[in-house]
This record gives sequence, C-alpha cells and structure tokens, in this order.
Amino acid sequence: MSAGVGVDLENLWIRFGDFVAVRDANVTINGGDFFSFLGPSGCGKTTILRAVSGFLEPSGGRVLIGGNDMKGIGPNKRPTALIFQNLALFPLMKVWENITFSMEIKGASARERRKRADELLDMIALPGQGGKLPSELSGGQRQRVAIARALCAEPDVLLLDEPLSALDLKLRQHMRTELREIQQRVGITFIYITHDQGEALTMSDNIAVMRAGVIDQIGDGKAIYNDPATAFAASFVGENNVFRGKVKRVMGNEALIQTNRSGDLVARISSANQGRMKEGDAAMMFIRPEAFALAPKGATGTHFVTAKVNHEEFEGNAFNIFMEGDGGKELKVSIPNLGQSFEDHTGQNITLEYETKNAVIVPAGELAAE
Amino acid sequence: MPSFLREFFKRNGTGMGSLMLGLVLFWTVGLIILPQLSMLDFSFRPNLPPPEIGGPRDVYTLENYKYLIYGPEGGSQDYNAVDLRVFFRTLVAAVCVTVFNLILCYPIAYYLAQTKGNHIRIFALMLIIPYWINEILRAFALRIIFGETGVLNNMLVGLGIFDTPFDFIRNDIALYAGLGYAYILLMIFPIYNVIESLDRNQIEAARDMGASWAKIHQRVVIPYAKPGISSGCTMVFMLSAGALAAPQILGGPSSLWFTQLIYQQFNDNSDWPQGAAYAVVLLVTCILLVLAVMRLFKVNMGDIGK
Repeated sequence: MSAGVGVDLENLWIRFGDFVAVRDANVTINGGDFFSFLGPSGCGKTTILRAVSGFLEPSGGRVLIGGNDMKGIGPNKRPTALIFQNLALFPLMKVWENITFSMEIKGASARERRKRADELLDMIALPGQGGKLPSELSGGQRQRVAIARALCAEPDVLLLDEPLSALDLKLRQHMRTELREIQQRVGITFIYITHDQGEALTMSDNIAVMRAGVIDQIGDGKAIYNDPATAFAASFVGENNVFRGKVKRVMGNEALIQTNRSGDLVARISSANQGRMKEGDAAMMFIRPEAFALAPKGATGTHFVTAKVNHEEFEGNAFNIFMEGDGGKELKVSIPNLGQSFEDHTGQNITLEYETKNAVIVPAGELAAE
Repeated sequence: MPSFLREFFKRNGTGMGSLMLGLVLFWTVGLIILPQLSMLDFSFRPNLPPPEIGGPRDVYTLENYKYLIYGPEGGSQDYNAVDLRVFFRTLVAAVCVTVFNLILCYPIAYYLAQTKGNHIRIFALMLIIPYWINEILRAFALRIIFGETGVLNNMLVGLGIFDTPFDFIRNDIALYAGLGYAYILLMIFPIYNVIESLDRNQIEAARDMGASWAKIHQRVVIPYAKPGISSGCTMVFMLSAGALAAPQILGGPSSLWFTQLIYQQFNDNSDWPQGAAYAVVLLVTCILLVLAVMRLFKVNMGDIGK
C-alpha cells in the first residue's frame, strides 16, 4: 500500500473582509494519516477544509497536496473528496447512482457503475440497498453512503466536515470505530473536522487544536491530552481543573506556582513552554479530575490541595466529588469505583494529592467556554 | 362529513370555516365551472335570433365544431384552411414563447435563488415593478419601441446597422417579445421558489466530484427544479395561447392569433355559439397538450402545486 498523499498548509491566511478566519496556519499532514482539526464552532476549522477542497481561495499562503501547490485549481480538479456535514446526498438519485456519480461524470457505463456500487455497498455493509432512494435509508446508512460516494472518486485525500454530528450518541460512537477502520483499509489521508474531542481523540493519528483562527497545538491524542501547549487546549480537550496563579520558582522542567486559592503547588511545565516561563509570569496549572487521589486529612505540602466539598455524585464507574474551586469554577475529582466503601464528604474539607507529572503548567490564557 | 372537512371546521370554527369554504366554492363553481359549462352548452347550439331560443330549431348540434374543420357549407374549400392555420400557428407560437421564456428565465431564477445579499432584493423589485403598469400599456410601450420609427429602429439605423428600418411588427418579433415579456414573472417565480430550497451543498458536492456546470444543472439542479419548471411552463403556455391584448396590439396585420378569431365571433359576428366552440377547442387542446408534455417528462399533477 502506498504511503498516501500528504497535505501541507504553509502560512495560510484566510480573511473575509476585516474578519480573519484563519491566521497564519502551518500544518504538515502526513500521507495516510487520520488528521483532525478540533475546535469550537467558529474557530475556522471548516474554513481550512474549504481551502483544502478548493471551494475557497486563501488570502495568503499556500495549500499543497502531495507537494503540489493547489493555487488556482478548482474543487473539481483536486484529488480530494469532501463529505459534507449534512452529507448532501442527491435526493432524486438512487443510492447506487449517488455512490457512482463521480464515475458517471467520467463517462463510465451503467454496468461498470453498478458493479463498482455493489463493491462499495459491500464495503459499507449495505449490500443490495443500491436501488433505494437516500430518503429510504436510516441516518447511519446515509452516512455510510456518503462515505462510499466520496471513496468512489478514489481521492487521495478525504475531507470530512463534522459528518457524525447529526447522528445520535450510540450511532456516533459506533461510526467512529467504523470510520477509523475504513480509513485504515483504504489507506488514504483523512482530514476530519470536529468540535467533539472524543471523536478527535479516538480516531486521529494527529490533532490540531484551533481557537479563533489560530492553531494552538498540533500533536497526537496523548500529547494533546497530557501535555497541552495552551490554557485553551488544556481546557477544551477533556475535563480539566484550573488553578490560577503565578510562577514562584522554576526548577528545570518543573515549577512552583503560587496559586490564588490553594497555596504553593509544584507541577510540570508543558513541553511547548519549557524554557519559556520565568519567575513572576502569570500561569495556569491544570490537573485532570482522574489525576487526584484522596489524601489523609490535614496533609500539607506542594502536591496537596484542600477544599470544601459542595456535593458528590455516583456515576457508576466513578465517584465524582465537586469542590469549591478557582475563579467560581468547581473543582472536580473522579475516584474510580473499585468496590471500595465511600463516605459522603458533603460540606467537609477534604485533602487531595496528585503526582507532579500529572499536573501541567501553561502560561495564563483564555479558557474554553463551558 | 369527510375527516378533512371536520378537521378544517375544527381549526377555523364553524362561522369562519363556512365563510372560507363558501368563498372558495363561489370562486371555483360560480365564477369558473358554471360559466365554462354555459360556454360548453352554447357551443353545441345553433346561432338563433332571440325569439327562436327555446323554440323547435334550438337543438344540440355539432355544426359549430364542423365549421372550424370544414368551413362554411358550400364553401369553395374542403377545409377551413384559414382558421385551422391560425389555430395551429397559435399553438406552435405559444410553445415557442414558452420555450424561449424558459431558456431566458431559468438562469435568472437560478441566479436569484442561489445568490444571497441585498442586491438580489433590488433585482427582484426591478423585475416586479414594471408589472404595476397594466398589460395594454406595456404592449403599447413595446409597440413604440419596435415601431417603424420606434426607438429600436432609430438606434439601429442611426448606428448604421440597418439602412432602412426593420419591420419588427410584420415579422412578429414584437409579438414574441411582448408575449415573452408579459409572462416572465410567471416563469421566474415558480422556478425560483423550488431552486431556493435546493441545498447549496449538493451543488458543491457535485462540483467536488468533478462535475462541470452543465452536468451539475443537468443532473442536480434541473431534476430538482422540475416541478417549478413545469408549473412555470404550464402557466406561460396557457396564458400565451389565450392572450388577446398582445396579439391585438403587437401582431402584424397578417398574423392572427386564435383568440382574435374567437373575439371576432363573439363581438363582430355576434355568433356566440361559434365563438364558444372555438374557445372550447382551444381550451381542451391546450389542456391535452399540457397533460401530454407532463406525461412525457414524468411530472405529477401534485408536483405542480409545490
């Protein structure tokens, strides 16, 4: 199998009048990768996708597909296929006609097209459904037809614009696995747009986290989750607890933070910021709910946090404790349910501990909206 | 009472429901169906002076229909060549006007429907406002433009394109332009309405898969717009075939429209039964033609109402 065709964005700027939708994006997407752009709505991720597919000319910078500059090449001439958010299946064409539309344009005979449609229908596990109209299929089936239609064009790069957002939760989770499987089978580059961090983490080889037109961080799921580069990336991807404060002392890759509420705490400086933070800098420390453990009452030190419990809940696989946190936000702690007894702490002060490697420091910055 | 009627009264109340239903019935039965039936009745009766109406000679007959085909009894020709030629020429001309209108209006409707912004509203207003002027005045305006010493001829001769003025009226160009212009909105708006609801992503999806603009229209836009196209074409065809003012004002001296023959029978000859027969033939032929074309293009009656 070929290594696939890569996509490069070089100093990409996209403006609509005065509004900057994408600001100086530099991204290298390896051939055969499942690459996600992750960000809240309006962050410019769909704009990037439209620039790659050719529906939009960049205001500055370049889009390269397989090393070739795509400037002036229209969407019908690029080796990309786009799956729209609403799928955009042709309602008046049968499923098999939909799937093989790209072949019809190239002048393939009806027999060839039916044969290819049958192969693709087998691949998406909808054998014998070619004669139906899209309106006769369920949401998940339509989803798969859209994928088959895009793959039929044999693109080098498949672009997906939040294609799962219209599905219900169960189906969405099922389609994640299926999409990933299809991608690995066909071995082409997938560029996936989503605001759902679960989708991005489970499917992607690499993820770009976007905020207001700017790419905050590029990395694989583990790097993004464990080693965020910015406060936004830390708060947008997964649940996280923030501690605001300022750097009191830098000790190699770690730093002592004087927090506003919880005294002095030690944490690791995130990789992207190592060597860049100095004493007195405003900083934010992030600790995941699952990175805390209950500590003996009254323990003190630079990896202990004490706070009052507002309420608790039992989620099945975990006990969740919600405590008074920083800046009006609740501090959330998840203790895995391993069958241990668990007493109710509501209204009490409790002490938590964490390991330094699980707490990460980034420069103070904008947090993701709840 | 059928369930849809019960539902209708429940939603609107007995008083309001009866009023609305009454008005609709008055409109369809009183103003359309009954007069047409009366015309149908006329068309099968001989043209008699008033005292003889209801008398022994007032019997149903096919004379009026025979007249259209064979002409006057004892006439010099086997067929009523003059009237038949006018009849078929009217139908062919109405088809031409419809096709011409469709070719002209489809791009306009597509552009209006798929472009966003305020200038579209201005564009639409510019199409609508001329229709505040009544049909006769508009026809006369076109006559002034197309006349021998009209604006267009002055311009063409002035620019040296023609040596002598071109007779747009005798060559029926003014008539076709007038008929085409008269019904332009009836073609644009049904098509606009349908295309406006077409998801832009479908056009982009087709383009993304390599389709040319022609192919996108052929496979995606036109099939989707078919109900609007057929509704627009039906209206334009029916109204063109039945037009009277435009042919009267813009038609050349030798080119009669079939409606003008009907008018002559009613008005100049005071032969209502003959005029009624001609009108019925025109109406029935037009309806059959429309149904045949709808069948050919696989359009359902229900789609037209969309």
